[in-house]
Amino acid sequence: MDAALHIALVGNPNSGKTALFNRLTGSRQKVANYAGVTVERKEGRLVAPSGRTLRVLDLPGAYSLAATSPDEAVTRDVCLGRFQSEARPDLLVCVVDATNLRLHLRFVLEVQRLGLPMVLALNMSDAAARRGIRIDVAALARELGMPVVETVAIRHRGTEALIRQLDAALPSPPAAPAPGADLHARVSAILQACVTVPRRTARIDDALDRVLLHPVIGLAILAALLFLMFQAVFAWAAPFMDGIDAGVAWFGSTVGTLMPDGTLKSLIVDGIIAGVGSVIVFLPQILILFLFILTLEESGYLPRAAFLLDRLMVSAGLTGRSFIPLLSSFACAVPGIMAARTIQDPRDRLATILVAPLMTCSARLPVYALLIAAFIPQQTVAGVFNLQGLVLFALYAAGIAAALAVARVMKWLRRDAAEHALLLELPSYRMPHPFDLAIGLWERAGIFLRRVGTIILSLTVLLWLLSSFPAPPPDATGPAIEYSLAGRIGQALHVIFAPLGFNWQICIALVPGLAAREVAVSALATVYALSATADDASAQLLPIVAEQWSLATALALLAWYVFAPQCVSTLAVIRRETQSWRTVGLAAGYLFALAYLAALATYQLARAWT
Amino acid sequence: MRLSDLPHHAPATVIDVADHGDTDSIASRLRELGFVRGEPVRVLAHGPFQRDPLLVQIGYTRFALRRAEAGRVHVALTPQ
Repeated sequence: MDAALHIALVGNPNSGKTALFNRLTGSRQKVANYAGVTVERKEGRLVAPSGRTLRVLDLPGAYSLAATSPDEAVTRDVCLGRFQSEARPDLLVCVVDATNLRLHLRFVLEVQRLGLPMVLALNMSDAAARRGIRIDVAALARELGMPVVETVAIRHRGTEALIRQLDAALPSPPAAPAPGADLHARVSAILQACVTVPRRTARIDDALDRVLLHPVIGLAILAALLFLMFQAVFAWAAPFMDGIDAGVAWFGSTVGTLMPDGTLKSLIVDGIIAGVGSVIVFLPQILILFLFILTLEESGYLPRAAFLLDRLMVSAGLTGRSFIPLLSSFACAVPGIMAARTIQDPRDRLATILVAPLMTCSARLPVYALLIAAFIPQQTVAGVFNLQGLVLFALYAAGIAAALAVARVMKWLRRDAAEHALLLELPSYRMPHPFDLAIGLWERAGIFLRRVGTIILSLTVLLWLLSSFPAPPPDATGPAIEYSLAGRIGQALHVIFAPLGFNWQICIALVPGLAAREVAVSALATVYALSATADDASAQLLPIVAEQWSLATALALLAWYVFAPQCVSTLAVIRRETQSWRTVGLAAGYLFALAYLAALATYQLARAWT
Repeated sequence: MRLSDLPHHAPATVIDVADHGDTDSIASRLRELGFVRGEPVRVLAHGPFQRDPLLVQIGYTRFALRRAEAGRVHVALTPQ
């Protein structure tokens, strides 16, 4: 029997609930999923002044108990005690934004019908005071029949009164509004009695929205923000990535000198350290990307971006809300697909997940860089553009165009005439708090590293096994990988890939390249009998590739990489997020088909022309 | 008139929300969000493409509604 008091935070989205949760529990949080669904479950603990342990659950934000999304269903079921494996909370803390009571109090009245002890946290009371909103707290507590505490989630001591209230004896459950009562009318009456509001909206919101949502200026600002973000992801992360690369190489060679030669050393150094290192290296990019996304999210800008782009994305069969996951996928499809959780509509969410792998992730860059440097001449086009840069841009554009086309085809195939709502709240603008940003980044890093430690680690070991066994015969002349299982698979694949102009060396490299796309570069180095661990594998490869491959082959390989689902981690995260092998099969199948057709067309056309 | 036909910044009040079909979860959600009789409402802006979606102020809150969603809400201009 667990003596801790179970507390659940409930409230509308944008009530500052999660900031309050962060402030209450600090870094003592556990982030996981609710059993059987991909809704994020956040629980933390705090020790009250009396010494009692309080377990706090941050339930997903909800507008109503009549759930219209998986998030809202979880909140409803946990509050009702219907969610298996979740204890029914002993006390509900209803979090409301003091500047948005007209909307938020209705949900509080609805929650009163559950018959649980309740406390109202009047959050952002500082912002309300600044706007001249005066709330008679004692009268509000009387009207609602439950304790009301003012909180300021972004201030250090802003939750002390709430903790004192939680530590006190449980309040008795408030009287439920009569069945069938008009909750909106009741809210209006309560506001009339307890609250004076000089102005319905904040002046700063009106001013900012006039600029940021302007059809021309707003789009220009969005484009500038995105440009800055890409610059940051690729430029700021580079020194950290080089540092991690060097650290992994140093660690590998240090471990290598300490261990006797043999299979175990090969497994640890070539398999685990090199393989896991090739994925860890993306951590800086992912963190910088998430720093941007979290800042935009906390400030209230992201829903505005969704507002600006919604119409465009709807015509492609997506939704404005798809914007954020697709944006993240330019760093890596794994966090992008995870970010699709913010899309409540299951159909829109699935469409977004299926096209996210088409966004050019950073793992494709090493492959693109090698092939472009080898085959595309350094020359200036139209006086200003660098031809190599143009090709790179074209590869990015091809990914985006393909995603829009695929989403459109899926929309057409579904022939789904049902309407899917946007109904997106645009919250007040807020200054993001570093504390909340830090907790958000810490969580993202944790999720990414856990994935590296489990699924990516096991796949790395599997691929090492495939590339190392069986060992080459003593009289072998070619590189060892040629005799391994991976090599044999590659040679068998050659039959299939010959029409695309791929030679057997490329086919072998495609096999370990499944772990992470950029591994294909070091695998090619291995196949061409170079040292794969050399830092400048691609520099050594350049002349060989340029000499031995035809331009048509190189272009076909580039086309292949725009589409191919060559990333087991992406497929694994699709499985996890959709709980469906069928979706994984669908994603892998259509991506392979597209990749094959695109590479085939590119090769045959390029050969006909050159 | 419908909310989707309301001129920008014209003060209006909600009359009701019409259901499309028997169980219209979008209409019920709109009512839960405060689109109920007598509530002051305004359209503040529209998206850059095909003037969709609409930025709607209801109560103290702003929502982005697509035209089909806003079309369910019947409003009357508030006499100035």
